[in-house]
Amino acid sequence: MFYREAGQYKTSYAADMAVFPLREDRIGLAVIILAAYALAFTRNDFLLQAVMIPFLIFSLAAIGLNLLTGYAGLLSLGTGGFMGVGAYACYKLMTAFPEVNVLVWILLSGFFSAAVGVLFGLPSLRIKGFYLAVATLAAQFFLQWAFNRIPWLYNYNLSGAIEAPLRTLFGVPIIGPTATAEVRYLVVLTLVIGLTWVASNLVHGRIGREWMAIRDMDIAAELMGIKLFQTKLLAFAVSSYYCGVAGAMLVFLWYGGAEYTVFDINQSFFILFMVIIGGLGSLIGSFFGAALIFIMPIGLGIALPALLGPFGINVGAEVIEQLRFMIVGALIIFFLIVEPHGLARLWQIAKQKLRVWPFPY
Amino acid sequence: MRAPDTPILAKGDVLLAVENVSLSFGGVKALTDVSFDIRKGEIRAIIGPNGAGKTSMLNCINGFYHPTEGRITFKGATRRRMRPYEAARGGIARTFQNVALFKGMTTLDNIMAGRSLKMRRGFFWQALRQGPALQEEVEHRRVVEDIIDFLEIQAIRKVPVGKLPYGLQKRVELGRALAMEPELLLLDEPMAGMNLEEKEDMSRFILDVNQQFGTTIALIEHDMGVVMDLSDRVVVLEYGRKIADGKPEEIKRDQRVIDAYLGVAH
Repeated sequence: MFYREAGQYKTSYAADMAVFPLREDRIGLAVIILAAYALAFTRNDFLLQAVMIPFLIFSLAAIGLNLLTGYAGLLSLGTGGFMGVGAYACYKLMTAFPEVNVLVWILLSGFFSAAVGVLFGLPSLRIKGFYLAVATLAAQFFLQWAFNRIPWLYNYNLSGAIEAPLRTLFGVPIIGPTATAEVRYLVVLTLVIGLTWVASNLVHGRIGREWMAIRDMDIAAELMGIKLFQTKLLAFAVSSYYCGVAGAMLVFLWYGGAEYTVFDINQSFFILFMVIIGGLGSLIGSFFGAALIFIMPIGLGIALPALLGPFGINVGAEVIEQLRFMIVGALIIFFLIVEPHGLARLWQIAKQKLRVWPFPY
Repeated sequence: MRAPDTPILAKGDVLLAVENVSLSFGGVKALTDVSFDIRKGEIRAIIGPNGAGKTSMLNCINGFYHPTEGRITFKGATRRRMRPYEAARGGIARTFQNVALFKGMTTLDNIMAGRSLKMRRGFFWQALRQGPALQEEVEHRRVVEDIIDFLEIQAIRKVPVGKLPYGLQKRVELGRALAMEPELLLLDEPMAGMNLEEKEDMSRFILDVNQQFGTTIALIEHDMGVVMDLSDRVVVLEYGRKIADGKPEEIKRDQRVIDAYLGVAH
């Protein structure tokens, strides 16, 4: 009723090829972005620091992995390692050149992980699927080892950790101990929106089509004149860039400091689950996946005691914690059975239904 | 996309020459000493019983297989080992026996992917999707829409091809090959598994492509009626060897072909 494409005629191919051809979608997106910026003014530290900042950062990492796995069809388990490269590169750069703005370094640090990603993507010409995943596992273990064993990477700190020094933008601290959650949230939000926009441009154009062509039928893609090797390496480069920027943001805009253990194999799996549950080959799915895997447990942690309380069931924090794991696990299985193509497909179906609502078809 | 030094061929000139090509996988000989040519502007059929080496021949022509012996000359240039993307750049397009579409993509995106080679804008503009990149997309979309009109598949423009019935998938695959604006179009059983009406449609498209765009076509097909009606010349393979080569009416009368392929008269 409110969501109709009837009457919206396209008179140019450019309008027809827009990422959001429907007016309702464009309005919805604008509302969501405005609401996201408005959240900063709630000054709710818990909401911003514990929920929104990490959610956005994980979404960005999920987009990175989705470009590689969902669009180009290359399975990778090295996400954690690539995120780490971004974080350590950013740390080295901003401590070596403190006069340059840290935002520049965050965005540039991605290029270091892109280079590392390309290096570890080299086997992808010869091997596919699970075998490639195992090859990227080598990246994961090697990089994690490097973060721990090469003291130069953490400037020979005795703690072995990298910590966010104080850096400002227009005099306002954006990273470091005195940076407020609102400011960091605004920085993260802006970067994530910008990079998502670029990713969306890429996947809707020639490069995205080439990635999907390789994913769906590499033989036919090569026959269209698409060079498999270059296209796959480009996918590794762009994907690792996103993961690297996400890694740098994770440490400096969320944690404030980190050790090598942050970038372990669990981080890789964490992001991979987000991508699978959110929907392979969907940018919005990356956000859904990050929300389900990251925000839902937090929501349950709040909702469970409130739900159980009225029935006189007062359980301890550790029971809530266990329940949370069980429920999240069950929900993941439920979603995968109901819709193996992920939450993005459910979203698509919902939009399709909404288009004709209140009629069944 | 024509390289400046390649000659512009007139209709009837030899576009592709296959000379003494042999192909073996270990001890299995798929092709033995096969020679024939394809002339500019013609429809050349390659026929033969199952396992005769027809698809292997196409695979040699567009670089998936490299002949163990012999050589293939395309537009006057002989290449010992040609990669498939080099063949594509040279102007050879192909459809497959089992449809090889990009299943997760829409009809439009599939055909647009066929334009990949002709798109010039690099990563920077692609990332912005503004100005030149968008303009380029629109230009190619226009060409793709012409192909969609030509093949009468307007209604399925935005349908993921995995959901389409087989006959339409074959048509989309032809569209994707046409999007490359090839000089030589290789069709591997374009009518396999189709009903009469679909075959008639496909035959019409093939003839139109040949006549309107002047595209040279090499065609593998099992339906003899189609082969005899469509093709200008036919080459017959059996057990990897060429047993006949000529006009359809000659092939029909050739005793070896009748014995090998069309069946011995009882």
